[in-house]
Amino acid sequence: MAAPAKRQTDIGPPHYEQFLHPVIKKNYGTWKYHESIKPGVIVHVAEGGDKIFTIRAASPRLVSTDFVRDLANLADKYCEGYLRFTSRNNAEFMTAEQKNIDPLIADLAKLGIPVGGMNNSISNIVHTQGWVHCHTPATDASGLVKVVMDEMIDYFKHEKLPAKLRIAVACCLNMCGAVHCSDISLLGIHRRPPKVNDARVTDLCEIPTTVSACPTAAIRPAVKDGKQTVTVDDSRCMYCGNCYTSCPAMPLANPINDGVAIWVGGKVSNARSMPAFTKLAIPYLPNNPPRWPEVTDAVKHLVEVYAKNAVKHERFGEWANRIGWPRFFELTGLEFTKYHIDDYKLAQKTLRSTAQIKF
Amino acid sequence: MADLKYKTPLLDELEKGEWPSFVKELKRAAAKKPMADGLLGQLEKSYRDKQTYWKHGGLVGVQGYGAGIIGRYTALADQFPEVTAFHTVRINQPAGWFYSSKALRQLCDIWDKHGSGMLNLHGSTGDFVLLGTTSEELEDTFTEYSAAGWDLGGSSSDMRTPSCCNGMARCEFACFDTMALCQDLTMTYQDELHRPAFPYKFKIKIAGCPNDCVASIARSDLSIMGTWKDDIQVDQAEMAAYAKAGKDIQGEVVGMCPTACMSWDGKAMKINNKQCNRCMHCINVLPKALRAGKVRGATILVGGKAPILEGAQLGSVVVPFMPMKAPFSEIKELIQKLWDVWGENGNNRERIGEFMLRVGVGNFMESIELAPDPQMVLHPRENPYIFYEEYFEEE
Ligand code: HEM
Ligand code: HEM
Ligand code: SF4
Ligand code: SF4
Ligand code: SF4
Ligand code: SF4
Repeated sequence: MAAPAKRQTDIGPPHYEQFLHPVIKKNYGTWKYHESIKPGVIVHVAEGGDKIFTIRAASPRLVSTDFVRDLANLADKYCEGYLRFTSRNNAEFMTAEQKNIDPLIADLAKLGIPVGGMNNSISNIVHTQGWVHCHTPATDASGLVKVVMDEMIDYFKHEKLPAKLRIAVACCLNMCGAVHCSDISLLGIHRRPPKVNDARVTDLCEIPTTVSACPTAAIRPAVKDGKQTVTVDDSRCMYCGNCYTSCPAMPLANPINDGVAIWVGGKVSNARSMPAFTKLAIPYLPNNPPRWPEVTDAVKHLVEVYAKNAVKHERFGEWANRIGWPRFFELTGLEFTKYHIDDYKLAQKTLRSTAQIKF
Repeated sequence: MADLKYKTPLLDELEKGEWPSFVKELKRAAAKKPMADGLLGQLEKSYRDKQTYWKHGGLVGVQGYGAGIIGRYTALADQFPEVTAFHTVRINQPAGWFYSSKALRQLCDIWDKHGSGMLNLHGSTGDFVLLGTTSEELEDTFTEYSAAGWDLGGSSSDMRTPSCCNGMARCEFACFDTMALCQDLTMTYQDELHRPAFPYKFKIKIAGCPNDCVASIARSDLSIMGTWKDDIQVDQAEMAAYAKAGKDIQGEVVGMCPTACMSWDGKAMKINNKQCNRCMHCINVLPKALRAGKVRGATILVGGKAPILEGAQLGSVVVPFMPMKAPFSEIKELIQKLWDVWGENGNNRERIGEFMLRVGVGNFMESIELAPDPQMVLHPRENPYIFYEEYFEEE
């Protein structure tokens, strides 16, 4: 290929306006209200009466270029060549023609793509790279998403929960997927400190940077067999993997100890209650690829107990707060352990400093 | 399908089930691209051994840019030579993630030419993420994208690619034009996006209303969230229509209002707007009858982040209400001050939220020239360890 003589820099992304469906462009900023048509299909009505129908389709997020071309073809067939993606990695098809809805859904079904994820459903799972593409994961992300969504597929396709339920997966504490504020979070966890490969530290690592990479000051410079290296104070390490980022001679992966913790009750929307962090429900489940049965069972159980007990519009954490967390453990049958009691900074905030107790 | 080089019995289990399968996608790419085949082989081994085989990437990039490419190498180059180098290219997505089929095909055609044929739509920062190419391909890949009108997103210690909800394009709740602001900030700060010069990453996310569909409060250092100042607009005729249609207005709306500021006597909806905290619940449930007020703008929150290093934080309010109209000068002034103060005084790898707490939020507000405001806190301090700065000297 003959490359252009001079490459452009800092041109930024193309302007979004050229990617808007004509009806969206025409009614930009004048939408009046929306209504649900059926699961996965919503209509927005503009002040002037124009309508745009949105059909939300699932995606594994990690896709091939051919998958994208499949979507592009459907956009050409039904949506005048326009489509978009959501913050949770679904694809959205927008059409001004109500009659396009069912044929589009049928064509998606032929490609094996279900429609749903709106309103009181489980939407697509925000997630990270895992074993597919990262160096610090304690589990895989795409695999967990696949098996959990397979299990929860009816909750994606139908809107039968008390409120929306957002699941997120992050494969280590860095939480590139920000799982700290979802209704249910699956978090890959390491449980052992990094193993220092003393022979290679000098070659691969800069010691001051490695020492300062540790948020809990667990790493100290050391000399072994006359060579510069580092040691890790095991009692201070909380397995974040930051050191490995600075120093490849400190791998953290530990197949027999790595696994998944489950957290619940976070949210980001301001509706009713304030945004909230997730809270620990299950401290550890083993990595059992390819289908992680312990994890899918746990998620299913949590969703079912919530669905049965929460009132309409109540998010997972709002429900648990209303009934009280002791009742949450009672209803779910989960074990409450010493790990559930915070012992890091600001732990005091999470203790019960009142005699107001429900029995 | 062409014969693939690596057998993947464990991954094949993930082709079963109703949710679209990333393994199927990997195989589609692998039929054309040996790199994707190599990825399948290595991933199968990870599934067998329950561990990753990626090494942390070294520094790779394209000329003139310090960000946008993330280096990635396999630890098993002898077994899976196809993925010896498997770098990520982050392409800056269009605001609101709107595309034309033509644009998507163009993005894909270039990627098929230069990379593994696999991508993430999208990364959690927002970028159009291309997974897997070699160091040698990078310049050509970028040259072609650039010629086609696309640019790189952020990575490393820079302003990360801003992202926003679809706002006014398709949501009646939007209190300002999120996509216009996102595009404007992205273009204004191209240098900050492409050439890392901050203590650490800085993420900007923009939501049109307090529903925060882009999770800005949790996932960005600077969260710009639409809101309104005056009274919720009530269409009593539509209220009556909801009631007639059997909506449980008392139970689902009035009874769930967190500030108990609504009342409904079967005919008229009354709201004590002085008490309303703009949570959106009633508007969410009754979108035909209730709308945000007319004096619209945004609440600005700073400091949201995931746990690393000092623990997770949600963004906290620095400006309760800021008008949000082009040319967006007020928010740009604030951004510049935030960057100046944090850029000068932040430690290496210290997010602005951590910096704020280290220096004291009161001091921080002072340094960015914002007067203390009770809206910044849930309640005044409880702890009496106050560092007084004013006192009397004996004559
Ligand atoms: C007219 C368009 C939309 C409406 C009316 C709408 C409405 C809502 C409402 C009512 C909530 C909060 C519900 C609650 O917590 O009770 C919500 C949350 C959410 N919406 Fe939207 N939304 C719209 C568009 C979108 C779009 C386009 C996206 C993604 C790109 C999106 C993603 C989300 C997410 C992720 C949440 C969950 C926030 C959380 O985790 O708490 N929404 N939306
Ligand atoms: C030491 C700390 C961290 C390291 C070493 C790290 C490393 C990585 C790596 C290797 C990737 C995958 C890139 C790729 O290969 O495609 C990644 C992705 C990402 N990281 Fe981090 N990360 C760290 C902290 C964080 C934190 C604290 C956040 C959020 C606040 C974050 C947000 C992201 C996001 C949004 C992505 C894109 C993920 C996706 O959508 O798949 N990272 N990070
Ligand atoms: S969460 Fe951890 S393991 Fe997963 S992609 Fe981010 S840094 Fe990598
Ligand atoms: S894993 Fe984290 S806490 Fe443990 S030694 Fe490394 S940097 Fe420190
Ligand atoms: S954040 Fe608000 S304005 Fe933006 S899409 Fe969500 S509901 Fe609409
Ligand atoms: S927005 Fe929230 S606080 Fe305000 S009236 Fe509606 S439900 Fe009540």
